[in-house]
Amino acid sequence: MSKPVVATTSLAGCFGCHMSLLDIDERILTLIELVEFNKSPVDDIKTFTKAVDIGLIEGGVCNSENVEVLKSFRKNCKILVSVGECAIMGGLPALRNGIPVEECLHEAYIGGPTVQLNKDGIMPNDDELPMLLDKVYPCHEIVKIDYFLPGCPPRADLIWDALVALVTGDPMKLPYEVVKFD
Amino acid sequence: MENTVKQIVEKYNSNRNRLMDMLIDIQEGEGYISRDAIATLSQLLDMSQADVEQTLSFYHFFSTKPRGKYAVYLNNSPVAYMFGREAIKEAFEKSAGVRFGEVSSDGKIGLFDTACIGMNDQEPAAIINNMVFTRLTPYRVRELVKMMKEDKPIEELRKESFGDGKNYLPSLRSMVSSNIRRKGMILSDDYHFGTVLREKLPTLSPEGVIGEIKHSAIRGRGGAGFPTGLKWEFCRRAKGDKHYVVCNADEGEPGTFKDRVILTEKPELVFEGMALAGYAIGGEEGILYIRYEYRYMKDYLEEVLHKMRKEGLLGTNISGIEGFNFDIRIQFGAGAYVCGEESALLESLEGKRGEPRDKPPFPVEKGYLGYPTIINNVETFATAVRIVQNGGEWFTQFGTDDSTGTKILSISGDCMFPGVYEVNWGFNVEDMLDMVGAYDVQAVQVGGPSGTLIGPDEFHRTLGYSDLSTGGSMIIFGQQRNLLRDVVVNFMEFFIDESCGSCSTCRNMTQVMNNKLKKILAGKGVPNDLKDLQEWGRVLNASRCGLGQTAANPIISSLKNFRHLYETLLQKDKDFDEGFDLEKSVQASCSYVGRVPVFNHH
Repeated sequence: MSKPVVATTSLAGCFGCHMSLLDIDERILTLIELVEFNKSPVDDIKTFTKAVDIGLIEGGVCNSENVEVLKSFRKNCKILVSVGECAIMGGLPALRNGIPVEECLHEAYIGGPTVQLNKDGIMPNDDELPMLLDKVYPCHEIVKIDYFLPGCPPRADLIWDALVALVTGDPMKLPYEVVKFD
Repeated sequence: MENTVKQIVEKYNSNRNRLMDMLIDIQEGEGYISRDAIATLSQLLDMSQADVEQTLSFYHFFSTKPRGKYAVYLNNSPVAYMFGREAIKEAFEKSAGVRFGEVSSDGKIGLFDTACIGMNDQEPAAIINNMVFTRLTPYRVRELVKMMKEDKPIEELRKESFGDGKNYLPSLRSMVSSNIRRKGMILSDDYHFGTVLREKLPTLSPEGVIGEIKHSAIRGRGGAGFPTGLKWEFCRRAKGDKHYVVCNADEGEPGTFKDRVILTEKPELVFEGMALAGYAIGGEEGILYIRYEYRYMKDYLEEVLHKMRKEGLLGTNISGIEGFNFDIRIQFGAGAYVCGEESALLESLEGKRGEPRDKPPFPVEKGYLGYPTIINNVETFATAVRIVQNGGEWFTQFGTDDSTGTKILSISGDCMFPGVYEVNWGFNVEDMLDMVGAYDVQAVQVGGPSGTLIGPDEFHRTLGYSDLSTGGSMIIFGQQRNLLRDVVVNFMEFFIDESCGSCSTCRNMTQVMNNKLKKILAGKGVPNDLKDLQEWGRVLNASRCGLGQTAANPIISSLKNFRHLYETLLQKDKDFDEGFDLEKSVQASCSYVGRVPVFNHH
């Protein structure tokens, strides 16, 4: 039987969730035994080359490229998992959601106290750039998400247990400490 | 200004627990509470400004900005809309030249929305400078605005045709109608006030009073239905230097107005009941906590208390009983539904934000200022008097086995005779609809937004604690009403506004669920959404107080009893649609940076 295929991506995230995945320490060797990676920063495969079983999404959706990547994940993965607060709720980037996007752009490129060199008030408007969304969306407001792994980042153990459960089909252990944060 | 604040603080003996009164006095004097007033107040009370501001910012009727010489608060409950609120709103905006939420540039007229003001049987209604204007029409609105523009005193805006019942009394002079349609033991005129205090109490010990109340099996009339006798007994036994009697007249549940009517027509009965309770639990101080929407009753209620003191029904050694001392003061709220929750009410009484407390300890052990306190509904106190007058045994002949006595219902909506009905428990909904002249009924909201929405196949159900429990609000919706759009969304937004924000469940889930409901109404719903709503509703049970625990009820109960209304709106062929629209969501940023959006449609 061929190994289950896993793909990962970071949208509007900080890669902290990916770091947490690497935090499984020596179990990474077992992981490589268990699964095969496809499109992922882990192996630097840029585009999907085959059907994928499990897609792990880090980060929320803040621009048109995020939307495109997320939709391609939905199309190519049997199971999609939102990993971490940003994917689940928008996280820190969503702090801008209460502020009109025009104001955010103005603050970032023209009015902000650290803006010094942009005397001509040039805005990023090249067609090559992703287009900014009006707010940061959680992944499940764009595509159907099957599972959610909470945490900022989710603990390595939680990611590990979830992956193993998905791959083996065994029920997942969810002890109190893993889901209770205060 | 500094002097005014100083006088106000002195009036309340610099007592921080009276912060609500101080803020109300400043607000009524100046029309708002300025930064300077906050600074002076905090200095005089030796509190931080943040502490003053956190109380102030909690209540809807307090404002740090001027609200206009005439501040208009127009009710936005579903029944107000059913009776033409849109046209009234438009008439106000057009003739005053200002939009809702704003104050006219000359500072004269401010227009604001407000949650149910307890006038559901005479909508559309508004409060203008504490005076209630009922049954508004666009013509009347234009007339009112014209007079406001001419700076007429508020009394002149009032019509000389006062409401029925006692509303004509000089200290009330109110346009509000009591609309009593059916009387029972509480609303009847055959009780002579003071009889129980004068004739019964000298023959009964406090334990004897509690015994009669327990025997009567009366349960709390506010809606929760806790056995009153037990509450009084717990409080009597609780150790404390003082014991307090608090009457809950916050009546914020949209569609409820019977406490307003009881306090208008039978305030003596309520106050007598409070004194009786004081005797029973060994308390000497009573507080009537009443919602600010009923501020127009202030002078009237003070006058009644004054008269009772003169007649020896309040004061020291009442009815010649050595050591039976009791007096009552009135505390106004300032616009917060959650203060109807008893522990939030206590916080508010102490001059703080009305956030519910953790329980236990319950108020009977640690209540007002940490002393043992009973908190009962207006109707409960009034009923207690008749129980002690006639005995607990007499009382049990009314109603049913588990719901003894009578219940005063506030009935409004699509019916011929909206108003207040005192009925024996055990009435069924069908009987009620016949009684009020309601035909072709689509649904009845029993117990307000936190209660249940039922349809015709449940109209055989009876009113009582074991079946359809209610604090008294019954809103009737005819076939012509759009239940989801006009009722459920309105109620959800009510809870969103009124959540104190303490528990994340109530603060967030109400929003999330309402967004989903609106998505369904916009035609973007999928079958799974109904499952989500049902499951998410359960999350709210983890909230600290009754508001949070019932805040999903508008959706949950309509989903249960009117599922077809939801189902017809769903896109059956899809299993996912969150209504995300890429083109729409990049519009603002693209036009701001000056680029034409390009989409790759794969």
